[in-house]
Amino acid sequence: MTESPDGGALDGNALDGNALAGPLAAVYAFDVTRALARCAHCGDVSVVACAVVFVTAMGTVARCRECGEVLLVVVGTPTGTSVAARGVAWVRA
Amino acid sequence: MTEQWHVAQVVGTTPVTASARAVTLAVPGFAGAVAGQHVDVRLTAPDGYQAARSYSLAAVGADERVELAVDRVPDGEVSPYLVDELRVGDRMEVRGPLGGWFVWRPEDVGPVQLVAGGSGIVPLAAMVRARRDAGPEVAARAPFRLLYSVRTPQDAFFADELEAAVDLTWAYTRRTPPGWPRPARRLDAADLAASTFAPSDDLTVLVCGPTAFVETVAGLLLEAGHDPARVKTERFGGAS
Repeated sequence: MTESPDGGALDGNALDGNALAGPLAAVYAFDVTRALARCAHCGDVSVVACAVVFVTAMGTVARCRECGEVLLVVVGTPTGTSVAARGVAWVRA
Repeated sequence: MTEQWHVAQVVGTTPVTASARAVTLAVPGFAGAVAGQHVDVRLTAPDGYQAARSYSLAAVGADERVELAVDRVPDGEVSPYLVDELRVGDRMEVRGPLGGWFVWRPEDVGPVQLVAGGSGIVPLAAMVRARRDAGPEVAARAPFRLLYSVRTPQDAFFADELEAAVDLTWAYTRRTPPGWPRPARRLDAADLAASTFAPSDDLTVLVCGPTAFVETVAGLLLEAGHDPARVKTERFGGAS
């Protein structure tokens, strides 16, 4: 399955965290894009919708708007969607 | 509804510009969209190959209907199909409504400055329409201004409808109408000073367009003294 919301897969252009709403809705019951998240690397706190997002055939990668480190990765597979959020220190709804 | 893919059927298409058209989909169960939200659209080829893209809703309020306005990206994978090939009766899959941050609700109080670049007008047009449809009381407590940057007059989406509904300033970047006072150029600080609400504690600013446009405008707004927490942005990376 190839899921690539918006055009990032082809041109490599960055999107923003608004584009995470669909992929994350497959895992979380609330709209994570409105939540505040703290980057585990640099400590920047911002709304998830402001993250820098890259969409590829492999999955969706959200990076910190300040330091560029990976916040979270969303991967769709035939058996479901998984989210790895190791770069997020905390999320506040 | 939000997290699942639903079958959608095309019930109407309308040209918007030479390179864009509006597409209306019937989506059973689709309801409750807020202006500014988007949907993910998924197409499946006969060989099983799938491609998905996000598109902003151009209008909200009609339940079980999805109104999109899609601009053709010449080398794109999905948009040329939606603009040139799609026919009434065709089916696709839709997930949404999605995104609760870049939105405007009729119950929101306070002035709103909209800044659009190109087809970034689409979610902002949904907000203008939602405010118009909410009636004069809502319009009185939520003054709107729209600054709309387009290459040429022929590239404008929904020009007549927007002019009738909102305090609108055009900023042409490549070619102007004859006799237009402002030369064709990219948006700059002077445009923002002349044609947008000044910073204030209750102002909300919503900016949508290509990534470079959004970053330029957001930077100019912050330099002009706007509170970063009151400037919301949505960018598309040249959605294909």
